[in-house]
Amino acid sequence: MTGAGIAQIVAYAIALVALGIPLGAYMVRVYTGNARFAQKLLGPVERGMYRAFGIDPKREHGWKQYAVAVMMFNFFGCVLVYAMQRLQGHLPGNPLHVPGVDPRVAFNTAISFGTNTNWQAYGGESTMSHFVQAAALGVQNFVSAATGMAVLVALTRAFKKKQVDELGNFWVDLTRSTLYILVPLAVVTTVVLVVQGVPQTTHASDHIVLMDAQADVTTQDIAVGPVASQVAIKQLGTNGGGFYNVNSAHPLENPSPASNFIEMLAILLIPAALCFTFGRMVGSRRQGVAILVAMTLLVLPFLALTLHEEQAGNKAIATLHVDQSATSEQAGGNMEGKETRFGISASSLWATTTTAASNGSVNSMHDSYTPLGGLSPIVLIALGEVAFGGVGSGLYGMLIFAIVAVFIAGLMVGRTPEFLGKKIEAYEMKMASLAILVPVAATLIGTGIACLVDETWAKALANHGPHGFSEVLYAFTSQGNNNGSAFGGLTASGTFYTTAGGICMWVARYWIIIPTLAIAGSLARKKIIPPSTGTLPTDGVMFTLLLCGSVILVGALSFLPALALGPIVEHLFL
Amino acid sequence: MTKLAPKKLFDGPIVRRAIGESLAKLDPRRMIKNPVMFVVEIGSMFTTILFVHALASRDTDTSPGFVGAVSIWLWFTVLFANFAEAMAEGRGKAQADALRKARKDVPAIVLDEPTQDAKRHEKPSSQLQAGDFVLVEAGAIIPGDGEIVQGVASVNESAITGESAPVIRESGGDHSAVTGGTTVLSDWLIVKITTQPGQSFLDRMISMVEGAKRKKTPNEIALDILLAGLTIVFLLVTVTLWPFSRFAVKEAMNAGGMGTVVSLTVLVALLVCLIPTTIGGLLSAIGIAGMDRMIQANVIATSGRAVEAAGDVDVLLLDKTGTITHGNRQATAFLPAKGVTEAQLAEAAVLSSLADDTPEGKSIVSLGVGKLGKTVTAPSSATFVPFTAQTRMSGVDFDGRSIRKGASDAIGKYVAALRSGGLPPEVRTTVDDVAKKGSTPLVVCDGNTVLGVVQLADIVKDGIKERFTEMRRMGIKTVMITGDNPLTAAAIAAEAGVDGFLAEATPEAKLAMIREYQEKGHLVAMTGDGTNDAPALAQADVAVAMNSGTQAAKEAGNMVDLDSNPTKLLEIVTVGKQMLMTRGALTTFSIANDVSKYFAIIPAAFVGTYPQLGALNVMGLHSPTSAVMSAVIFNALIIIALIPLALRGIKIRPAPAPVVLRRNLLVYGLGGLVMPFPFIKLIDVIISSLGLG
Repeated sequence: MTGAGIAQIVAYAIALVALGIPLGAYMVRVYTGNARFAQKLLGPVERGMYRAFGIDPKREHGWKQYAVAVMMFNFFGCVLVYAMQRLQGHLPGNPLHVPGVDPRVAFNTAISFGTNTNWQAYGGESTMSHFVQAAALGVQNFVSAATGMAVLVALTRAFKKKQVDELGNFWVDLTRSTLYILVPLAVVTTVVLVVQGVPQTTHASDHIVLMDAQADVTTQDIAVGPVASQVAIKQLGTNGGGFYNVNSAHPLENPSPASNFIEMLAILLIPAALCFTFGRMVGSRRQGVAILVAMTLLVLPFLALTLHEEQAGNKAIATLHVDQSATSEQAGGNMEGKETRFGISASSLWATTTTAASNGSVNSMHDSYTPLGGLSPIVLIALGEVAFGGVGSGLYGMLIFAIVAVFIAGLMVGRTPEFLGKKIEAYEMKMASLAILVPVAATLIGTGIACLVDETWAKALANHGPHGFSEVLYAFTSQGNNNGSAFGGLTASGTFYTTAGGICMWVARYWIIIPTLAIAGSLARKKIIPPSTGTLPTDGVMFTLLLCGSVILVGALSFLPALALGPIVEHLFL
Repeated sequence: MTKLAPKKLFDGPIVRRAIGESLAKLDPRRMIKNPVMFVVEIGSMFTTILFVHALASRDTDTSPGFVGAVSIWLWFTVLFANFAEAMAEGRGKAQADALRKARKDVPAIVLDEPTQDAKRHEKPSSQLQAGDFVLVEAGAIIPGDGEIVQGVASVNESAITGESAPVIRESGGDHSAVTGGTTVLSDWLIVKITTQPGQSFLDRMISMVEGAKRKKTPNEIALDILLAGLTIVFLLVTVTLWPFSRFAVKEAMNAGGMGTVVSLTVLVALLVCLIPTTIGGLLSAIGIAGMDRMIQANVIATSGRAVEAAGDVDVLLLDKTGTITHGNRQATAFLPAKGVTEAQLAEAAVLSSLADDTPEGKSIVSLGVGKLGKTVTAPSSATFVPFTAQTRMSGVDFDGRSIRKGASDAIGKYVAALRSGGLPPEVRTTVDDVAKKGSTPLVVCDGNTVLGVVQLADIVKDGIKERFTEMRRMGIKTVMITGDNPLTAAAIAAEAGVDGFLAEATPEAKLAMIREYQEKGHLVAMTGDGTNDAPALAQADVAVAMNSGTQAAKEAGNMVDLDSNPTKLLEIVTVGKQMLMTRGALTTFSIANDVSKYFAIIPAAFVGTYPQLGALNVMGLHSPTSAVMSAVIFNALIIIALIPLALRGIKIRPAPAPVVLRRNLLVYGLGGLVMPFPFIKLIDVIISSLGLG
């Protein structure tokens, strides 16, 4: 690893914490209704929306009502996105005159954007009109992220509630997440990206006369559009669905090292800041920090593995006496599928953060990584998208793991387990087990069926052998954990992959949200037990390590056999 | 009998009975209550069918020997778990049998009215109804639980408590409850039966120790759910491994390689190794053993739930008298009047107390003899004046001297009658000082000369302060309950090292205090014996009634201490904690074990298709079949190896939660991760050297 690479990672960590702390504090004010300046500015918009939709912002919901609101909102959102894709030929804002989207792809895409997965079974610039990109996909980029944040806030509040049913008002949480947090951040990021050279226009394409004209090619049409705004929210909202097919590897989506740094920062910014928000809202900043540290500890080894493997290069090439070392002349390492303007470090860091968070945007092709370099992204996704994870969803997923860890640790210290003063009992364990089980089931069952129908029905494999298996595993891991990044190499637009993938994404999103809200409802109804020396502190080193251990162990035990047949054996082949 | 004495862990008859029981427990209708072991049983049946199939069709690739061996060891796994449960139950059953002997059917004399001369007829004790009046005469066994409505008698309760010294039972007050199966030694009693047939204390006790009515406790249910969740995860892992393997083989074949799809036997073996069988197999044994340890401490809990709650308790309400202090006040100092030596006072005090059999009197004698360094005897001519409620003094007259000791106002009046003036002022000051310290002053006089004051104080029990410190380290707050005034209470509280006290306690104040703690989220434990304790006992989360107490108290509590020793509360809390800790530790151990099993089975399962995966065989196991066998055998044997731990409970030392967690994580987490590697290797070496693998 090069010195510049290390410097970049250190700068990244510092910037993340430096921005995360104030943002975390600001979000507390937003959710408690104390963001004075922002409310003065945007309050009329907020109140206008409540009036327009007939919402009483003072009315709080119990967990079931909250869950029904989440489900209804997301269901209708998906239906709307589906309809707009199908009808896009008849809708305005379609300068390239792309026709209605194939129903299978439209189904998959609607669920994909509704569930904050942003798996793309299509190529962005050639399939979707500008109107659909902005009004359907762009809107979902905001509200699917806001949904995750709302659910997290409901769960967070439950820890401070004493023997009540109400968790808050979903519509208020959704509106505030969007209006006060996501929109302002997206605006700022858009402006910065435009400064860096990312297009933001209503034009469809620029007609360019090539400087280095070839015999028969003298001009080129370069697709442009409202790129910067789309990129800003896909990074911030852990969405990941790019404007262009190759996502942030495209020079117009991600033109410079500076834009690359900003886009990477945007991936983890809200997930990291929410840890601070959580800590403040439950009245224990240490607790928030402990969870952030646990997330970081989970990610670091995989970042190190990818960096090491990618920088070490390809063994098969090394035997041909090709120099793969990093020198002042070359980046060295495995540069296949990576942009030369980013190199090994920035590509590996992006690959790690985008899979640690359930973002899924890419600036390099994960399919071209070395076996172990590509194992890291799969594992990070397979851990359930809880080490950072999606905005809101990552932290509530981590809190579910914390509940399981607290349960086992609590038994080990001889007390009915309690987390932040709330007793963890059979009901919480039932819901937590469900939430942990669902993504594992979606991933394994999806991959298993794909293996069985591969030749007869799916016919999607480009590569064979262990690498082909890795591609299938990655596709279902990504959709089964709402990540959305793709290994590539797989034709994902066929009937099997669009349908099975759509089901996986739906199940993995809502069968976690519902148990999470159920836990929130149950916790809110409980008393708060005052801490004593017999209480297990959940903000200390011991618990942080136990939490990491639980996440790793569940992930490892669930996926080790599959990984052994994919990336591990592939590595051993080299 | 029937001191419920601790038994040897592996007692011959218990083991024999447990072996039989473990076969009977194979009944799937019983197994299904334990989802983890039920999955193992299904796996055993499935591999047995595979074995028969392999025998019948000779052309299969898998050798019947291997399938058969796996099948046998899977059955052993189930049996070992059943054995653990049967062992735990067996220990209870042995105790229940002993108790049953006390519950023989005896003829009861039933009275129409609760008077001795009422019409009487006989009825077997098993047919007594609540509300019947029975007459029990000396030498007879009390036919059922009840309240004494008339009479005083000494009763031998050793059948229940194991304590052979008789106790006095009388109508009214806090000692009016009698238990069926105990024997009246002298006098007679008329008892109003309070329980229906089959629901007596003895019946409840028997069913508790037998575990007949054992319901899963809340934490056990929660853990069961987690284990079931893990089982489903591993079921998915193993079921999907088949298509993964098939895909891999097909791809390998297309590339000109070879391989065989992983066999169903290996998949079942992997499944059983991965699901948490260690904790699943021992879970119910741990719960039963927890109850059993309670019983060995001579505490009968009405439910496992109560035992578990004891582990959660963070506030203990303890009665001062009997728990924190010795029940009686004892002499601690002689404070002579002006012009009197301590020796003079001591001698007089001892002389006045020689005939005083009360603990206070005895303590004066022993303190005085200690101070004087010699024994004191009264001349044979001496006449002792006993204590009466009227004079409130006692003493001795001899050689014209009349020594008296008593409450200060009583002695004051006595002296004033002999000469004018009453108590000298400096004695009056001493009396006040002693009272302020929370102690009781007794004044001693010889004729009309006031000699001084004997200080009687509550003596805090030896070692109790250390126990409270331990409790504090475990995060448990101790609160002393006393009828004393706040000043006295504060003095004793400070000496005993409790965290708080409730002075001038009334039953209402006690109840209010429990509610207040519970409102704040605390779990409260208390002991009590009187009828007026019943509301507080009913309110407390863990309520230990003294066996010597009233029926009402016993009904209100969720535990009965047969020894009637209020200090037992501390032990009860420990047993409750130990039960939870044992479960947590074995769960961690069980899950951590899985890592090693993967390293044994994954390479074995796929090395045929991808020889490169042999690199994962870090233990260097002999062959794929021996690797699978070793993992399965280890998985079965570890259950047997951990039975003693499950029955005894893990070691518990008082320490704050983080320290306990660190220790247990190191021992059971890290230990569980590392320990199986050498043992699986060892089993593999044995198998392969026997030529079996």
